[in-house]
Amino acid sequence: MSKGRYNRIKDKVFQVFGISATFFGLILLAIFIAIILYMGLNRLSWDFLTALPSRFADQSGIYTAWIGTFWILILTTLISFPLGVGAGIYLEEYTEESGWATFLEINISNLAGVPSVIYGLLGLEVFVRIMQFGSSVLAGSLTLSLLILPIIIVSTREAISAVPSSQKDASMALGATKWQTIWNQTLPAAMGGILTGTILAISRAVGETAPLIVIGALAYVPFVPQSPMDQFTVLPIQIFNWVSRPQHEFVINAAAAIIVLLILTFSINGIAIYLRNRWQKKLG
Amino acid sequence: MRIRLFMFLFLGSFIVLSCGSGGEDKLSGRIKIDGSSTVYPLSEAVAEEFRAVAPNVRVTVGLSGTGGGFKKFIRGETAINDASRQISASEIKTAKENDIEYLELRVAFDGIAVVANPKNDWVDHVTVAELKKMWRTEAQQEVNKWSEVRSSWPDRPLNLYGPGVASGTYDYFTEVIVGESGASRGDFTASEDDNVLVQGIANDVNGLGFFGLAYFEENKEKLRLIPVDDGKGEPVKPTTETVASNKYKPLSRPLYIYVRKNAAQKKHIQKFINFYLENAGKLAKDVGYVAMPDSLYKVEQQKFESFTSSTSEKRTGTQNSDS
Repeated sequence: MSKGRYNRIKDKVFQVFGISATFFGLILLAIFIAIILYMGLNRLSWDFLTALPSRFADQSGIYTAWIGTFWILILTTLISFPLGVGAGIYLEEYTEESGWATFLEINISNLAGVPSVIYGLLGLEVFVRIMQFGSSVLAGSLTLSLLILPIIIVSTREAISAVPSSQKDASMALGATKWQTIWNQTLPAAMGGILTGTILAISRAVGETAPLIVIGALAYVPFVPQSPMDQFTVLPIQIFNWVSRPQHEFVINAAAAIIVLLILTFSINGIAIYLRNRWQKKLG
Repeated sequence: MRIRLFMFLFLGSFIVLSCGSGGEDKLSGRIKIDGSSTVYPLSEAVAEEFRAVAPNVRVTVGLSGTGGGFKKFIRGETAINDASRQISASEIKTAKENDIEYLELRVAFDGIAVVANPKNDWVDHVTVAELKKMWRTEAQQEVNKWSEVRSSWPDRPLNLYGPGVASGTYDYFTEVIVGESGASRGDFTASEDDNVLVQGIANDVNGLGFFGLAYFEENKEKLRLIPVDDGKGEPVKPTTETVASNKYKPLSRPLYIYVRKNAAQKKHIQKFINFYLENAGKLAKDVGYVAMPDSLYKVEQQKFESFTSSTSEKRTGTQNSDS
């Protein structure tokens, strides 16, 4: 066999491997979504969205759960976005190459790998007990903010470092201060990437159960939170609770709730894609 | 998007607020319940019904597990703890240190079912001694085949299934079968979700496992219930009757709620506990548990009565919230 032919075969083999690797995930996702839709679609109704949890599966709903999820979503965004972007700008624009910067960097990447339950324990001690927030929406949002901060910081840094230095240099050359350059040039150019990273991080937070159970988020909450200090429940906890019930009807409820959660995360991701495209066009 | 959300929140709060005008009862306040996920469905059902009686009382129920719930309860963070086992010695000690007084109330019974695959045609019953032989710590090295438990059983691998070590069901099972709570072999398939155990045993001819009776009742066609003989030579199947009469020994267990004393001084919590004890029997059936005999609920009501009427002179500094 000639060397050229051998290499062409290798080429083909890798192509096939690549295609199967791509489809493996996609097909699993498709099967998962098909099963969930098959199980839960008929259960979805306006009543399901507006009813309180009940011991009767067919009267049970996710009203307090999805409103709780929305509260968490909004508060977590408000808390984590400024903190994460601030830290990202600092690390990318204000630190010099030094031992200190490397130390911070390593720690932040390590934080991204810490299991979410650990964040729950941290939140329980710091926010629930020491700061006396109780098992409130605020404590939950702060805990989830900590959980996703590393992701936001890393994506902010990546987005900022992708901004061409010629653009920054031009601004500086015209006499702009560092902050003016960041605010008027770097941030607008990097915003697409920053927003995408943030939104993907938040859609991860929305699916978290474990840290919220640890800080004491509850499963049966027959009222919606009216302030950040109120108790709450979220969709993943409701799903977790239903999946482990013996009666099959609750599992169907769980499937329907998963559909709602999926719609929620998919639309968040959709917003991320939309924002990225819009920003890219603006710059182009 | 955002305007919509605020509209929802606004409407939501409106609905909650407007619920208040319906009840004749003027009771209000918060009741925070946490603890066992086994007892959760019962407490949820009671809380659900209680809303019709006292709509202004906000009852919330969590499911951080019996142990996780007790951790909060003995710090005074919750008013009531759901428990599928009794409070442990170390938990009692911490409660004392924190000046937390409490009362234990039984609210229903639950049977722990021992089940096998329906294709398993060799097991007609199992004795407590045999269960111990399979589950004790040393069994990990010694007992790995059915024939090693009883010689008339076939020479097939023995695959065990049980709830995770954090569950009260596991604690109770090991306590009454192995003789020490939390002590068992480690090489069994464990899951916090009993439905996973159901699936596992339903697909494993050589499987044997245990979990709450309700999970068997909902999956009768996929599993085989095994009668348990506690040494009297009389195997008993768990049913509503045998669990309630404690004839199904030793795997019938009571489910508990624990009430904190200074919470129990409050009117709305007293009302809730009384409501719980009056309705738990009926609601237990709805959620798959076994009601206690009426006489037992009366006993628990009296216990609670004398618990609340004996005023505690002790000042407790560590906790003051009623939630």
